[in-house]
Amino acid sequence: MIVTTTKGEMDDSLLEKREGVVDNDNENTNWIEYWLDGELVHRSAHVRMKKPIVSISEVGGFNG
Amino acid sequence: MANSQAMCTSFKGEILSGIHAFGTTVIRAGTGADTLKAALYLASGSQGAGTTAYAATNEVSGTNYVAGGITVTNATAPTTGGTTGYWTPSASFTWTNVTLATAFDAVLVYNSTQSNKAISVHTFGSQTITAGTFTLTMPTNDSTNALIRIA
Repeated sequence: MIVTTTKGEMDDSLLEKREGVVDNDNENTNWIEYWLDGELVHRSAHVRMKKPIVSISEVGGFNG
Repeated sequence: MANSQAMCTSFKGEILSGIHAFGTTVIRAGTGADTLKAALYLASGSQGAGTTAYAATNEVSGTNYVAGGITVTNATAPTTGGTTGYWTPSASFTWTNVTLATAFDAVLVYNSTQSNKAISVHTFGSQTITAGTFTLTMPTNDSTNALIRIA
C-alpha cells in the first residue's frame, strides 16, 4: 500500500507501522503512524465523537 | 388529559432553524440554511462556552490546513425526537494530507454566514498529524446521540 509521508509517497513495506486506539466516554480514536529509520513520516488520526453538546431547557412558573 | 408546563418540543427544533427571534435579529438573504464551518484549535487554547465567534488566535496551522477550517456538510435539517431538538452534520469533518505539528484537541463549529458566530466547541484527546489525515466522525443523528441537542 502506498502511504503519503513527509518523504513523498512510499510503499508501506519500507516503513515501520504503529497503531493505537483510545476509547473512553468522550471518544473512540484510532491512530496510525509510519516510521522510517526512527523518524515519524506519517501520522493520521480518526476520532469518533461520543459526547454530544446538550443544552437543557427549562420554563419558569408563576408561583415563585 | 391535563395541561402541563413545558418547553414545546417543536420550539426546540425551530430554534435550531432560526424560526423564532425573541430579540433583534438579522435580515436574512433567503430561507436557506446558513453556511457552517469547523476549525481546529491548539491544546493550549481556551475555546469553550465563552467563545463568541471564530478567531484565528490559537487555531492550528500547518501544511495544507486552511485558516478558518472546512465547510460543514449540512444536508439534514434539525428535527425533534421525544422532547429533544437535535442536529448533526451530515458528513465527517476531514482534513486530508495535512501536517499539524503542534498538539490540538478541539474543534469549533461556527456560522460563517452570520459573522462567524460560534455554535459549539467539541474536545477530544490531543492529536498531531504528520502528512496524514485527520477525521472527526459524527455521532448518530438521533435524540440521544446527536452532536447538538436541546433537551
